[in-house]
Amino acid sequence: MMANVTSVPTQETVMAKIAVNFDLCESNAVCMQVAPKYFEVRDDDFLYILQEEIDEADAATVQEAVDRCPKQAISIEP
Amino acid sequence: MRYIAIVGASLAGYRAAQTLRREGFDGTITLIGDERRRPYDRPPLSKKVLAGEAEPESIVLERSGDDLGIEWRLDERAVSFDASGLALSLERGGELEADGVILACGARPRPLPGTDGILGVHLLRTLDDSLALREALTTGVGPRRLVVVGAGFIGAEVAATARGLGCEVTVVEALDRPLARVLPPVLGQVCADVHTDQGVDLRLGAGVDGFDTDDGSISAVRLSDGSSVEADLVAVGIGVVPNTEWLDGSGLTIDNGVVCDETTLAAPGVVAAGDVARWPNRRFGESMRVEHWDNAVSMGQHAARRLLAGDGGVDLVYEPVPYFWSDQYDRKIQLVGRVGPDDQVQVIDGSIADRRFVALIGRDGQLVGAFGMNRPPAVQRWRTRLEEGMSWDDALALASEGS
Ligand SMILES: Cc1cc2nc3c(=O)[nH]c(=O)nc-3n(C[C@H](O)[C@H](O)[C@H](O)COP(=O)(O)OP(=O)(O)OC[C@H]3O[C@@H](n4cnc5c(N)ncnc54)[C@H](O)[C@@H]3O)c2cc1C
Ligand code: SF4
Repeated sequence: MMANVTSVPTQETVMAKIAVNFDLCESNAVCMQVAPKYFEVRDDDFLYILQEEIDEADAATVQEAVDRCPKQAISIEP
Repeated sequence: MRYIAIVGASLAGYRAAQTLRREGFDGTITLIGDERRRPYDRPPLSKKVLAGEAEPESIVLERSGDDLGIEWRLDERAVSFDASGLALSLERGGELEADGVILACGARPRPLPGTDGILGVHLLRTLDDSLALREALTTGVGPRRLVVVGAGFIGAEVAATARGLGCEVTVVEALDRPLARVLPPVLGQVCADVHTDQGVDLRLGAGVDGFDTDDGSISAVRLSDGSSVEADLVAVGIGVVPNTEWLDGSGLTIDNGVVCDETTLAAPGVVAAGDVARWPNRRFGESMRVEHWDNAVSMGQHAARRLLAGDGGVDLVYEPVPYFWSDQYDRKIQLVGRVGPDDQVQVIDGSIADRRFVALIGRDGQLVGAFGMNRPPAVQRWRTRLEEGMSWDDALALASEGS
């Protein structure tokens, strides 16, 4: 017998997202140093975004990466 | 605190204003700057803007969505300050009394003695300077002949960009090696080689003795070794001086910069940040004034928080690991830490000959820095280790594991 699961409405958490303008990015890896959970510059010299959605607890850290990016290539989209 | 005045509308000042708002300060912020323009970014002035690859509009610091509600006082200069009363006098706009003051008035290039009034001699600090230099490098018949005086980072970038524009470039440096007071010899040498590789005529150990002019315009630079270099224009990059003259009589301590405590506080209600600020960096046990972009950002942020914290901010110690980058030709140079010419150097990755490597820098058994050419991620990983602190032996052991 299947349990009668009451459907819980999915929580409407609108998460802020990371956007990088790759035309501006010069792979200097500053963002990676500030927020390694979200950014990684690999040995191929390209920047990879490891996680787009910003966890609430990391908002300040990601903001720090935005401010410290020498090319102003990162933005946070609501 | 209801009213904060910031002197200097550039990187440190703007980042400070942003931070004040983020920290919830909803009083008045007055941002005073003696340039006409809204804050813009300087590193592109010797790179993409000079090369004509980036438009001036692309380097503004304000981003869409930045709504800081700033009271702008541009094209306005602070001419004196009384730190005990937090009172500023402005050149055009009278007096101003604030509850808190952030000094972010930066530095300006040191002029080359003897060049006063000679046409074709350029300094580089502002957007207008960059546009004027670009104009000079790209007009005229045939390749322009540029002499760069000073082989520091800004001079080196101007040389690189000018080569890219097809100019004939001579770099004149009074010391025997570029950056001889800043970097260990082997690293200064590779910075030099990057230029000779590209056909720059590098004259080391050559002081400037005088100038020849033709109808008021520069025509040659005479060197201390008796030689002379013909020039259509000269770019001077012999360092900067902090903008502190207007603070004489303010009650603040001025000593090659505005002297702050470990927390960036210069006096009650007064903080300083960026190129103008000197403070004891506890991490390195050294008083420093750092002329790097990244420091202007993080110190601007820190100083804003320190100011808001008031008497409760005595524990907000500012102890960063400095970070600097420079782009020359297709080389990305990065330096983290605090290094000096006598430090030991160990290349741990890549090779100097390939101009792609990472070198660790150590002193007294401690890791104190890392220098990289075209190895940005590796250098940034070492910055994290520098922040955590690491002995020289542990650093070498870690490096030999290949990480
Ligand atoms: C061409 C160039 C290339 C660079 N490249 C790099 C690089 O590749 N990497 C790197 O790390 N760093 C680089 N830098 C250094 C970096 O730009 C500076 O460290 C940074 O600009 C410092 O910011 P600041 O806000 O402290 O000072 P500043 O940018 O100097 O700003 C101070 C502002 O205050 C104004 N001011 C001064 N006195 C007064 C007064 N009394 N009243 C009102 N306004 C006043 C000044 O006019 C100026 O607008 C470069 C600098 C230049 C010039
Ligand atoms: S800090 Fe900016 S320029 Fe550097 S890798 Fe990250 S996004 Fe790219």
